[in-house]
Amino acid sequence: MSVIIRARDITKTFGREIKAVDGLSFTVEEGQVYGFLGQNGAGKSTTIRMLLTLITPGSGDIEIFGMNLPRNRKAILRRTGAIIERPDLYKYLTALENLRIFAKMSGLNLTDKVLMEHLAKIGLADRAHSKVKTYSQGMKQRLGIAAALVHNPDLIILDEPTNGLDPQGIADVRKLILHLSKDLKKTLLVSSHLLGEMEMIADSMLIIDKGKKIVEGPTAELLNPEKILVEIVTDNKEKAIAVLRTTKWSGSLTDATNGNIMVELHKANIPDLNSELVSNGVRIFSLRPKHSLEDYFLSVTKH
Amino acid sequence: MQLLRIELYKIFKRPRTFIAFGVITAIILLVQVAMKFGGEEYVGLVMSGLSGTFDAPAGQVLNGYFVCFIILNLLLIHVPILVALIAGDMISGEANMGTLRLLLTKPVSRVQLLLVKFFAAASYTLILLIWVAILSLLVSIWLFGTNELFVARGLEVNILSSSDILWRYIAAFGFAAVALITVASLAFMFSTFSDNSIGPIVACVSVIIVFTILTQLQIPFYDETVKPWLFTTHMLGWKGFFYVKGEQGVTIDGSIENSSAILKSGLILLCNTFVFLSVAIWHFNRKNILS
Repeated sequence: MSVIIRARDITKTFGREIKAVDGLSFTVEEGQVYGFLGQNGAGKSTTIRMLLTLITPGSGDIEIFGMNLPRNRKAILRRTGAIIERPDLYKYLTALENLRIFAKMSGLNLTDKVLMEHLAKIGLADRAHSKVKTYSQGMKQRLGIAAALVHNPDLIILDEPTNGLDPQGIADVRKLILHLSKDLKKTLLVSSHLLGEMEMIADSMLIIDKGKKIVEGPTAELLNPEKILVEIVTDNKEKAIAVLRTTKWSGSLTDATNGNIMVELHKANIPDLNSELVSNGVRIFSLRPKHSLEDYFLSVTKH
Repeated sequence: MQLLRIELYKIFKRPRTFIAFGVITAIILLVQVAMKFGGEEYVGLVMSGLSGTFDAPAGQVLNGYFVCFIILNLLLIHVPILVALIAGDMISGEANMGTLRLLLTKPVSRVQLLLVKFFAAASYTLILLIWVAILSLLVSIWLFGTNELFVARGLEVNILSSSDILWRYIAAFGFAAVALITVASLAFMFSTFSDNSIGPIVACVSVIIVFTILTQLQIPFYDETVKPWLFTTHMLGWKGFFYVKGEQGVTIDGSIENSSAILKSGLILLCNTFVFLSVAIWHFNRKNILS
């Protein structure tokens, strides 16, 4: 599989102190849905804006389709479609007029018939002649996606595409992403706060925090049920932590702050862990396995 | 051309674009109605300061060319504000709507996009000016007919024969176009610095007010250092086309009293436009799009 996006050590600082992105490196392979996760202010949008030349990196290199950015900006953008945060469109124009403008901006002179087909695909054909200011957030989102896809790009970058959508809208976007990836073989980079959604669509993912990479890898590997996070619930946390640090479990302890005790281990070792703690006088109320992406995300980005 | 068409399409699809046309139409019609019903009285008032040295029947003075001259004197000071309404919104309006980031993810360079938007703003300015010309000149000629044009200059009056006027108006409108495009470029420059529509419009109008006050201040220090370079000093240069040379009290047809001053004013306006546009390109090329 060829690499579509390769970012090496990119950094962006705003002003003198705010380091939005700090030495971030990652690769997105062809045909992947690549999930981009992080809390608010983690640097996701800044990174996406750098990939789209909206923001100039302070340092580092970006290659897309094997071409250097920004040197080959036009050639790269010709093959890229994007939505950044809310897909704001010209509210005083109709959906058809909006789509015509963005097609022309991409160098395409599409007929109204073709544009209507695009609108039909996202279920807006019957509202094609309505002004966008009369649209709901979900309809605007769908139209934004149509505007991003009108020139049939190979790479699609969606920054928070489900923001402000109702459950049906979220399900529609998920379906669309999977259709673009599985049926049309497009490469997608998707950032989202809805981790459960990401778990369902992303092949690989990158979790960032404070502009730095926390972890990157295939979703299946990150959520490996064999190796799970276990939260220890006890009435004597200090003693439990002391036991863990002085036994073979010391390397497994991932978090011992803010009253949480998290241990990463194989499922089969949970009884041994329990015995060890109990034999050292630690009363255990429960050992809670945490293996969803949300748990994983919170555990790795906990401050 | 395709991109320019898109920009013009967007401009003329916005209701606010027609505010300027509406305002101008209302002002010109109000002046024309006033002149139709009380024009001779107005002419008598204007000419009263010249009584003793000059005498002409008000009916002869009041004609389409004269009314147009009055309208231009009134309007060309205020049209810049209407131009700023659109030019100041060209980039900041897109940022405010959130469409700028979408436009910049399309395979169009920033300089290309900026120039296209500037030419669209300039085209709008020209169309607005053509509308002013149609209403103020053609409609006035239709309503009041043509005759000699009396142009008062202090205690002096230039009388232009009716066959020697039309080209002067065409030249004056051409000059006004250059002046208004300078204003458009100033508003456009401010537009690249802001993510809301109001800021650049207010900034542009504020600069016009401050520069106009500086232009009118009679202080030698400013006369020699600042004034010659301010675009507001030269914006009313179009009047120069109506100041003619005379010989033994008779004006010479086809003459212009000080053509080099008009040329100089035009060049300074173009230089201002170039500077404003260059700053806009320089800044926009480096700008992080965070809107």
